[in-house]
Amino acid sequence: MELRPFNDHSYNLFLQQEKLMGSRCKACGVQYVPPRPLCPRCHASDMEWLEMKGKGKLVAFTCITIAPPFMMAQGYDRKHPYCSGVVELDEGGRVDARIEGVDPNRPQDIRVGMPMKAKFLHRRDTPEPETYLAFEPG
Amino acid sequence: MPKRRKLGRGVAIVGAGMTKFGMFKDRDSKDFFTEAFREMLASVDKGLDPKEIDALYVGNFSNDFFAHQSHWGPILSDIIGHAPKPATRTEGACASSALAFREGVFAIASGFYDIVLVGGVEDMSKRTTEEVAEGLALATVPYEGRVGFTFPGVFGAVASAYFAKYGAHREHLMNVTIKSHNNAPLNPKAQFPMTIRDMMNSKTESLRKRGQPAPEWKEEKDFLRDPAVNPVVAWPMHLFDCCPISDGASCLLLVAEEIAKNFTDDPIHVAGIGQGSGRGFHASPDMTTFEATCYAAEEAYGMSGLTPKDVQFAEVHDCFSIAEIVHIEDLGFFKPGEGYKAVAAGLTRLDGPKPINTSGGLKCKGHPVGATGTSQIYEVWTQLRGKAGKRQVPIKNLSIGGAHNLGGTGGTCTFTILERR
Repeated sequence: MELRPFNDHSYNLFLQQEKLMGSRCKACGVQYVPPRPLCPRCHASDMEWLEMKGKGKLVAFTCITIAPPFMMAQGYDRKHPYCSGVVELDEGGRVDARIEGVDPNRPQDIRVGMPMKAKFLHRRDTPEPETYLAFEPG
Repeated sequence: MPKRRKLGRGVAIVGAGMTKFGMFKDRDSKDFFTEAFREMLASVDKGLDPKEIDALYVGNFSNDFFAHQSHWGPILSDIIGHAPKPATRTEGACASSALAFREGVFAIASGFYDIVLVGGVEDMSKRTTEEVAEGLALATVPYEGRVGFTFPGVFGAVASAYFAKYGAHREHLMNVTIKSHNNAPLNPKAQFPMTIRDMMNSKTESLRKRGQPAPEWKEEKDFLRDPAVNPVVAWPMHLFDCCPISDGASCLLLVAEEIAKNFTDDPIHVAGIGQGSGRGFHASPDMTTFEATCYAAEEAYGMSGLTPKDVQFAEVHDCFSIAEIVHIEDLGFFKPGEGYKAVAAGLTRLDGPKPINTSGGLKCKGHPVGATGTSQIYEVWTQLRGKAGKRQVPIKNLSIGGAHNLGGTGGTCTFTILERR
């Protein structure tokens, strides 16, 4: 695991293994999810992997009706909206994620501040396997 | 905190032109830029020989995607008869032409050039709505697009965070939309020159003609609450919270201050410019503010020696209704959490103490993304010269205005302060 570069490719490979991974700067201790190869705070490049527990709270969300083509290919459209949001992790840091387990037709029932837990959405209809980070209430 | 910076020498705007914004299926970017260029030439009070233009900087976000053609610098240089002189394209998503403006200012301030044309163009109407959404989403950061965020989606999420933090709600966003639509009919360049009340009346009339029951709309907000005319796009962003898909171009003639009087007795001076870059939307510790705007504003205020109070009116990047509320706070016009109250109180109306988006804003004027930045400066230039006709800001001794442009999900933000001296 330690040999993987601290980049998006590794982040996505970890997602496929149902792991939410970030990096921690060994020099100043700041952590980032997704991982980063260079610490933007102290500019050091000595990183270590950090596995997140996948717990957090919803800090922003939207329910999208006009979907881009790659989401339409997954069955979403004007009649079938989906929810995307930003989750603040218990360990600190925020991630963009799909939000599952809520009714995108009833956004008034979705609350900023809701406790969330990670879920991994595996897509198998693409040439290469893809996994999207998602969260659901819990 | 940005350092306090000064230009090597002063720069003034002595000419400006723009197309009407809209959907023009039978014309392309060359036509749009040519039209804006012609209007710019006609606007130079004492005339300009186009051969005197030293260089062209043109902003374009993504004609590569929208029109399947890149490398717009030389194409536009050729069509306006500027080749073989230099032409440079700038890209900063929806702030692309604000970057062209900055490059033009620096090129003159450095002493290298004296007369520079800056502008922007975008041709978006030849694609479906879903394709345009995909094209625009190319300017999100990778983690956003991947989990399905579209642009309306990102600003919908900003609204959800703003609502949770300050207790605002959807009705407050409607105040922005109604205000923009009140300004737009006064702007002959606007894509949607209709008030919400005009639209209510025309819809009611067309239903009546077809023998269908008239809807029960009493006030503008009844219309905006009706999902049949204002459907959700990315909750809480509804159709009337979103800027349209547009084609168009705009351009400005910049010259060194010391030669400005050769072109006009009424030059408008560049008092302050600022630009910031932002991290991914998710990385922001507070989603009710754009750090790149705050940085750009500090830089522009620092350079000009002016404060938010001195800026009498402004164009701000209202790609979505919530964005206007966030920007007027980030630019210091109103305190954090007070922007939505200021709009509700009418403070940002054309006849209010701080008019915002007198052009109708992106919402009603239109948003051909690469053309927007210089079109905002066009509006401020026009207002400062007292040539805005029916939408002229009714403040006495109008002398200072601002233009705020935002690209992507806040990744590129600029603020420009212009002054009539």
